[in-house]
This record gives sequence, structure tokens and C-alpha cells, in this order.
Amino acid sequence: MALIKSPSVFRHSLRWNVSWLFVLSAVLCLFVADISIRSFDPWAELGRLVSGLLQPSMSGLDDIGLAVLQTLAFAMLGVALGSVCGLFLALVFHWRWIRMMCALLRAVHELFWALIFLQIFGLHPLTGLLALAIPYAATFAKIYAEILEEGDRSAFDVLSHQTGWVSAFFYARLPDLWQHFKTYTAYRMECGLRSSAVLGFVGLPTLGYSLSTAFMEGQYSQVWALLILFYLLIASLKYWLRPSLIPVYLCVAPFVISNDQTISFANVARFFTQDIVPSPLLKGESLVGLWQWFADLFMTQALPGIINTLVLSQIALVATGLLSLGLFPIISKQFFGRVGRGLGHVFLVVMRSTPEYILAFILLLLWGPSMLPAIVALVLHNASIIGHLVGRFSNDVRLRQDAPTGINRYTYELIPRVYGQFLAFLFYRWEVIIRETAILGILGVATLGFYIDSAIQEIRFDRAMVLILITAILNIVIDGLSRYIRNRIRLSQAINIR
Amino acid sequence: MSDNLILQLDNAEVRYPESVALQQINLKIEQGEKIALIGRSGSGKSTLLRLIYERLPDGTALIPQDDGLVMNLSVFHNVYMGRLSEHPAWYNLLNLMRPFAARVSEVGAILDKIRLADKCFEPVAQLSGGQRQRTAIARSLYQGGSLLLADEPVSALDEHQSRHILTTLTQQFPTMVIALHDTTLALDYCDRIIGLEAGKIVLDAASETISADELVHLYGGE
Repeated sequence: MALIKSPSVFRHSLRWNVSWLFVLSAVLCLFVADISIRSFDPWAELGRLVSGLLQPSMSGLDDIGLAVLQTLAFAMLGVALGSVCGLFLALVFHWRWIRMMCALLRAVHELFWALIFLQIFGLHPLTGLLALAIPYAATFAKIYAEILEEGDRSAFDVLSHQTGWVSAFFYARLPDLWQHFKTYTAYRMECGLRSSAVLGFVGLPTLGYSLSTAFMEGQYSQVWALLILFYLLIASLKYWLRPSLIPVYLCVAPFVISNDQTISFANVARFFTQDIVPSPLLKGESLVGLWQWFADLFMTQALPGIINTLVLSQIALVATGLLSLGLFPIISKQFFGRVGRGLGHVFLVVMRSTPEYILAFILLLLWGPSMLPAIVALVLHNASIIGHLVGRFSNDVRLRQDAPTGINRYTYELIPRVYGQFLAFLFYRWEVIIRETAILGILGVATLGFYIDSAIQEIRFDRAMVLILITAILNIVIDGLSRYIRNRIRLSQAINIR
Repeated sequence: MSDNLILQLDNAEVRYPESVALQQINLKIEQGEKIALIGRSGSGKSTLLRLIYERLPDGTALIPQDDGLVMNLSVFHNVYMGRLSEHPAWYNLLNLMRPFAARVSEVGAILDKIRLADKCFEPVAQLSGGQRQRTAIARSLYQGGSLLLADEPVSALDEHQSRHILTTLTQQFPTMVIALHDTTLALDYCDRIIGLEAGKIVLDAASETISADELVHLYGGE
């Protein structure tokens, strides 16, 4: 019959091809990556670490309560300030220059902000507060703006045209979007706690400071005590983070973080007029000198830093994807009963509550400086987040009664249904992984953060600032690329990253 | 040209990216007219109402087809929104947190008229479709003004309620343009009928010159 066409040829989807392209690139990166174990006896060190778990100890920890309070207070104030500023920015987010400014502020990790403000304000509380509030405000602005954009506008549209924007916003927009704002802000509070703890690693008096001290001294029982305390803090978040208590917390917090440091205006002025001015300009050299200074900086530091950052993050991204595909069934109703899922949840919660910076810090001490600790830390942390999201998504899948079980169910029923969502989550996470990869350089892996940290150690802030800017631009480029790929393979834009 | 003319459309056209929603619209609206728009769904009634609102946004109360309510706010607050522009922002914010007694009694009087007073402080999300529709009507009554534009404002109400509401609306607003599905109601409450089909005006006549039977074809014998 004429209607029968030639047998159609099997063709892979665009998603399939893109996925393999990423896997291939990660394999190529493995060849150039430095992933050796350098330490003398890694297993003995690991043994000591694990034995510390058996007897966590609070003894010898001075002012541990104070460190917890400081962590909480910085997180609370930073997130609150960030969310208020973010809300205002979200209202004008349709202005192009606001969007660009937010992208730039967001692209600089809070640890880099902390390093910058340490130069300006020293250990004044403002350092920690701004280091959290600035990148958080930029993130809040973006997400709040998305929430506003997706919200129902019909009540807003019938308002009389003379209505002022304050009244219009509080009556016609906010009430129906309030729940979305609240959920996202509470989620960011959890992130804020992690960030606040990690700021301790650059000298602020939060949990990270006690943690790094305990580690350096090999006091593993204290390390575990601190980590467990931190998990409890995050796990109990929903019990103590009550809307009615927040004003109380916000009133107390400034007193917790205040200290006797004063802001030296001479310092502030010097930072802007001397420290960050490229040295050839300061010495009055010509533009040729400036260009040579920049070219030298770019070729010897920025370029190797960018290459290492990309290599490391590419491996981490793909490994994160593979591990999350392996992990999501442990919390999925399609595969496990109540008990099994419960254990799966505990594992994922612990992994994602541990900041990747702390994980990497621990693994570096165990295995010595190479890319391996950073990769493993990034993969464990991010895969547990994506595994959690995909697992939760898979619970909504309705299977027919006679659906296959085991590996057939996984490959035929679940993977095809969740793969698009999985890729969307993973590409959203790409930019985060890049930003974290850069920051892990502070721990000694030669990514961009390593060169930034070195420049600061050598008191060459002009170089540090240029490198931070380059890092930010790299982030923005990756963010744009991720959005381009998501659009090309038509992954849903409006997904709940929570 | 008469002094009472409030809107004149000459060969107006509305295009959407994929299609033409309205074309060759020639329309004069005078003060005091009660106009019913009738026609099948998709014939351009909503678009015509939107067009009129764009031309005459000031002093116009609007009841859109989807009610335009804020689900998480109470009936009181949704009705109060009709007069947001008459108060300063700080006053509106205070009223949002704790309603002022004077405003509650004003809104209460309106709600009494449409028999919704018992739901005053209930969130709109918990109301039935008919109650939501009456909330949107109360908002327009509270807002007041010289012109009412309403898109199927009584579609979720029974005939008795519909007649009561339409009587109230015709008393309150000097001029109105209402899209109506029910041709009998259109003839009873409006003095001019405009029929739309496929984005064009196919009928424009005074109510007393036509009968309900003659309007049936506009709905294709529905």
C-alpha cells in the first residue's frame, strides 16, 4: 500500500546526545585532572576521624555556645537584610541594569565577599553581615522576581489606575504570593546557616572557626561534636524558626554579633584609593605597563585557574548527575518501603546539610592536596540535593498496576519520566558547582580561588580584585550557557528548586 | 456630536499575534446607556470590554470574567480594594493588618445589599463560585464611578439572584456595558443590545425593537 513509508530509523533524543556530550567531556577532563592521593597514610587518618565519631566530646571547646549563637545571628541578620533588599530589587527587576548588577553580585561567592570586606572593615560585624547579605539579596531578587512574574495578576489589573504601588502591591500581589515567598525564604535560611558556618573558615567567629581549629589540632572528637551540633541546628530549623519569633531573634542578633572592633575610615579609604588600584597605575606607569600587568596576571594565574576550575567542575557536574540518578531511588516510593526510605532520607539530609566546603576541608586533610577531595565533596553534597529533588518528583509518578519491578521499573518506567526534570535540576546546579569549585581553591586546589587567596596573602588586592571579577564573569557565562542548553532541550523553566 | 458622548470607536481593530480578535468596530457610547454585549464565547465580547477599559480607565469599575480576586485575602479586603486609590498607602497598610471600623461598616452595607454580609471576614479561597462572583460585584459597587464594564457578572448565580444583582448594578452605575449570556436578562435590564460574531458587530439595536427569539441565532440555537 502506498501509505506505508519506509521503516523509520531509530533516533536518539537531543537530551540523550547532550548527556553523552557532557559525559564525554568529563572523561576527557579526567585525563588532565590531578586526582592522586597525596597523604602519607590516609587510612590511618580516616580511622582516627571515625573513632572520634564514637566519642564526640564537648570538652576543651571554649565558648562553643557563643560560636553557635554567632552562626545563628549572622545567618539570621544576613538573610533578613538580603531578603528585604532582594524584595525591593525584585520590584524593579525588569530594569536591565538591575538584572546585570544582581547577576554580578550573585556570581561572587560569599567567602570572596568576606575576604574583600575583611580588608575594608577588619573583623567588624559588618564584614560577615555584608558578605552574606549582598549575594543573598541578589539571589532573592532573582527568585522573588520570578515568583512575582508567575503569580496571578488578575486582581492587580482591575485596580483603579490611580492606586499607589505600595497599596497595590500589598493588597493585590503579596497576599496570594506570600506562601511562595515564605517557603523560599525559609529554604534560604537553611543555606544561610551553612554559609554563616563556613565564613568561620576565613576568621569570623562562627562554627567554621571552631571547626577548623579543632581539625588543625587533630581533636576529632570535638570535630564530631561540632558537626552533630550543626546537623541538629539545621534539622530543628522548623521548630525554632517561627514567624512570630523572628522579630525577637532580629532584635537580639545585633547584640550577639557586635564586638569591640571599630571601622577605620583610613582603612576604608586606603582600600578604595590604593589597595585595589592596579599597581602600575599607582606607580604612574603608562597604559602599556598596565596592559602588561594584566596580561601577565591573566596568563600566569587567571588562565590556569579558569582551566582548572572548568576541568574540576566538569568532572564534578557529571559525577553529581550519575550519583544522583543512583541515589534518588532510596527515597522513592516506587522502590522502597517506609523504613528503607527513612534511612535514605537520613543519609541525604546529613550529606546535604554538610557544607561542601567543610567536606572538602575534611577530605583534603585526609588525602592531601589534589582535585580528588574537592570533586568528592562537591559530588556528595550536590548529588544528595538533586537526588532528594528527583526522588520527591518520582513519588508523584503514577505507575500502572502491572508495572515491572526492579531494574526494569527503574530503566523503563522511572528514568524516562524523571530524566527531563533531573537534567533541569542538574543544569540549575551547574552554576552553583562552578562557584563552589572556584571557592574550594582557598583550600589549596589550584582553581581560581587558590590564586585569589594567594594574592590576598601577598597583600596584592589589585590582583585579587581582577581575579574575583574574572571568576564572576566565568560564572555569568556558565549561567547563560546553562540557560541556553535548558531552552534548547526544552526543559521546564518554572520548576521548584526547593 | 452630542455632549453626552463618552466613547467613539471608528473602525477599531484588535489583533493578537495569531489572529484578529476584533475588526471594523464602529461604536458610540453615550452617557446613561445600558448596553448588553451578546454573542458566543470567542466572539470578542471580552476583548471589546478590554478595549473600552483601555480607552476609559478613569472612573470605570471593572468586573472581569475571572473575578480578579486575591484568594488569600478576606471578602472585606477584596471589596475594599475598590477604593485603595482614595487612601494613602500607610492607611491601606494599617487597614490590611487590622480593618478600620468605619471601612468595615461601609463594606458591610454593600455586602448586605448582595446578601454576603455573613462572609465578610472569610478568605475568598473558601467561597463558592457564586460567592466569589458576588465579591467581585461588591468590589465594583464599593468602587462606584460613572461607568461599569462587566464580563458575565452573573454567570454563576441563579435567576433570582441575577435579577437582584442586575437591578442593584443598574441603579448604581449611570452607564454600563455588560457581556451577558442570558438574552432575556439582557433585554430586561439593558436598553441597547450589541451582538458580536467572529469579532464583528452584527447587531446594534434598542432593546424594545427586538425580541428574545430574534437573538437566538447569535448563539447558534443554544
